[in-house]
Amino acid sequence: MPIPIPQSLEPLLRLDGITKSFGAHRAVDTVSLDLAQGEFFCLLGPSGCGKSTLLRLLAGFETPDAGMIRLGGEDLTGLPPHRRPVNMMFQSYALFPHMSVAQNLAYGLQGLGLSRSAIAERVEGLVRLVKLEGFERRRPDKLSGGQRQRVALARALAREPRLLLLDEPLGALDRALREETQGELRALQRRLGTGFVVVTHDPEEAMALADRIGVMDRGRLVQVGPPRELYERPASRFVAGLLGDVNLIAGLLGLADGGLRSVHTELGPVRALASEALAGAGPGDPVVVALRPERLRLGVGDNALSGTLVDTAYLGDRVRRRIRMADGTILCASASLLDEAGGPVVGDSVSLGFAPQAGWVLPA
Amino acid sequence: MRRGGPVLGRWLVRAPPVLWLGVFFLVPFAITVKISLSTPVTAQPPYRPVLDWSAGIAGWRAFFEGLELTNYAMLAADSLYWEATLSSLAYAAGATAILVLIGTPMALAMARASARTQPLLVALVVVPFWTSFLIRVYAWIAILKPEGLLNAALLKFGLLVQPLEILNTPLAVMIGLTYAYLPFLVLPLYAVMSRLDTALPEAAADLGASRSRIFFSITLPLAMPGLVAGALLCFIPMVGEFIIPDLLGGSETLMLGRMLWIEFFSNRDWPIASAVAVLLLILVVGPVVIFRGAEEQREEALR
Amino acid sequence: MTAFNRIALTAGLGFLYAPILVLIVYSFNDSRLVTVWGGFSTRWYGVLFGDGPLLASALVSLKVATLAAAIAVALGTLAALALDRHGRFTGRSVFTGLLYAPMVMPEVITGLSLLLLFVGLDVERGIPTIVIAHATFGTGFVAVVVGARLKGFDRSLEEAAADLGASPARVFLTVTLPLIAPSLAAGFLLAFTLSLDDLVIASFVSGPGATTLPMRLYSQVRLGVNPEINAASTLLIGAVSLVVLAASWLGARRGTTETV
Repeated sequence: MPIPIPQSLEPLLRLDGITKSFGAHRAVDTVSLDLAQGEFFCLLGPSGCGKSTLLRLLAGFETPDAGMIRLGGEDLTGLPPHRRPVNMMFQSYALFPHMSVAQNLAYGLQGLGLSRSAIAERVEGLVRLVKLEGFERRRPDKLSGGQRQRVALARALAREPRLLLLDEPLGALDRALREETQGELRALQRRLGTGFVVVTHDPEEAMALADRIGVMDRGRLVQVGPPRELYERPASRFVAGLLGDVNLIAGLLGLADGGLRSVHTELGPVRALASEALAGAGPGDPVVVALRPERLRLGVGDNALSGTLVDTAYLGDRVRRRIRMADGTILCASASLLDEAGGPVVGDSVSLGFAPQAGWVLPA
Repeated sequence: MRRGGPVLGRWLVRAPPVLWLGVFFLVPFAITVKISLSTPVTAQPPYRPVLDWSAGIAGWRAFFEGLELTNYAMLAADSLYWEATLSSLAYAAGATAILVLIGTPMALAMARASARTQPLLVALVVVPFWTSFLIRVYAWIAILKPEGLLNAALLKFGLLVQPLEILNTPLAVMIGLTYAYLPFLVLPLYAVMSRLDTALPEAAADLGASRSRIFFSITLPLAMPGLVAGALLCFIPMVGEFIIPDLLGGSETLMLGRMLWIEFFSNRDWPIASAVAVLLLILVVGPVVIFRGAEEQREEALR
Repeated sequence: MTAFNRIALTAGLGFLYAPILVLIVYSFNDSRLVTVWGGFSTRWYGVLFGDGPLLASALVSLKVATLAAAIAVALGTLAALALDRHGRFTGRSVFTGLLYAPMVMPEVITGLSLLLLFVGLDVERGIPTIVIAHATFGTGFVAVVVGARLKGFDRSLEEAAADLGASPARVFLTVTLPLIAPSLAAGFLLAFTLSLDDLVIASFVSGPGATTLPMRLYSQVRLGVNPEINAASTLLIGAVSLVVLAASWLGARRGTTETV
């Protein structure tokens, strides 16, 4: 029996079976998704996976071949971009080069039936919001990259959209500025309570920003969940690899063992947690054990393995080691320098191990 | 990749230029072809048949029966037109070849100049390009005529005893063609050359290529779309050139553009003039098609 | 630049400018003869400004060029927009052919066939027919200049405007048009100059009372070198140089290197 959904829990955005093809290429393939009010959502995927097309479908620059887009219960599917209560921050910022900062910010406010003074007041508020006081009369080409980014953000917020779309919003910033801006973006989003959809190809950025991440691969939304779930419990090898470095140890599925599953690998038998994706799999089916480098530890313990150290890289806050196993595969282990004292040198035989809860068995 | 506005809006954008060019460019050609099949008469308009719209089908039939190929037969029988055709092509081809030889080093030198001087050099080539064609051709009369500056200078320095006859010779026509069309070759070629990745010749030099090998194996092949576009931009109008043969070539010069002009303005033989126009059109239609292809390639190269 | 580059450039520019310099220098020659230097004089400019028919034809040319360039800008901009924005529509190759062919077509063909059209339609020939003829071949040039600008145009600016609530008409008027305006101005100048320069087509399609400046100059030039024409040429060259210099100065200020 369906439980009636209270008004406040009705999703802000509902995508139902959205499909879009360009010629024979299916850019977005039957994507369905619900976004809650005030949610910060990231679309993550490699270039060409369809994430930008999905964003453009939401903004109205593309029309879906099939499916429906609803915002707060209202059907947006056939509306042109200028009639949608949705705004977008462009990857290139798309600041109008022939207008000043203030004129850029005012652009979306004209035509709303506001008085001249009301527009000026709103523009002033936006300038303060993104801390650009004193730059109102500058042209975009006289601003720094970070200032341009803030103008673009403020301009997209001017009409108080119910949903803000951001296409690689931090992609053009350098590393130091990017981390600072991530924090500001999150704080701003929490303050405004507007739903944000960010497109990015950078997993660290997605994890730093989002309440939930949607991973796209070849037009399909392959997994949706909070950052931690995606990182630690990916649904596929693709998602595992997309979110960070991962060791994949091939093997054949063994028997269930308590809450764990045993796997017969070339390196010996191991035990690890199994993904739900293996629900239908039986003993003997090919699988991989996914293991993050920071979970693979030197020393003897559970799931003992052994190999030869071939490379040590010092990375400042941690050290990364590459170990050649008996069958020739290379595993990568990363450890915090705080735990280190001495340690093996290249050419040494080393023992390795990982906790069964740290390994994650996936279909091959 | 947004699909453009609604169908009506698209037609509002496309229709005015299409209609204009259709009425004032395409239809006139059809009329020219038709008149080239007519007979000259002393009347207004000076050709027959004229379509009698009021006579219905019969009028149309009479009209088509009145059309003849006699003008083309005349062109074919008269060796003057054959010679004019061949010499038009020869002048255009020869001048284009000279232009390529002069213009390529110029464009290359412009593209290699420092970023600061390049706009100045472009402006220096553009000024003559924008200056009246007629005036630029006229300027050569004072230089080339028997009592002109060139002869005066050569006589003064004792290089000549007798003034040279240059004006009203094929040489004068060649000089005029080369001079007047040089910017048309240099500018498109420079546009492509200036956008070539400067690391490419450096990489070739690094791999041991000599200057000439770099030019022939790297720069020239990559600049080819610009060279082809520029060469055709000169060749096509030169085939039908009128002003240069008329002012510099004298009455003996055989070029189709001038023949057409004389048939039309002096002999008032509109049908023959039209037949010459059709002949000229047939000569340039091939190059025009190649030109369009080259332009598309050049636009790709400039992306 | 190597020595070879330097020589090629110097020789090429020398070739381009020598005849023009000769014209300018001899426009200030008191003597009527080219080979005789009769001392510096501005008397030919006086003669020029006393030449009523020549000045009248200059006025005709300016009128024709202004009108023709205005029409060419309107048609050429529409054509460039269609080519840039409408993708691969049916008849596109015919459309581009129609647009580009008048640019390279020998002028005698264009002139003769337009005249035959006007005769066939029994249109009285004069300034309007010359305007039509010049607008026809100017359109392609404008389309090329504006098209180049549109190609480099960041489409996301238009999308941003639409996203901020602007209707398609407002997007065009407030974003697209202001940003392509320099190319419209450049296209206008190009069409204007081409019209001002044309002798052949105008000779075919003009009628009594509509003598353009090149037609007047041509009828005098056929009679030989004439110091008054030198003076007129010098003024024209001066005007063109000013325009080109102003354009490249503006271009440099805008930080772009687009000329032509």
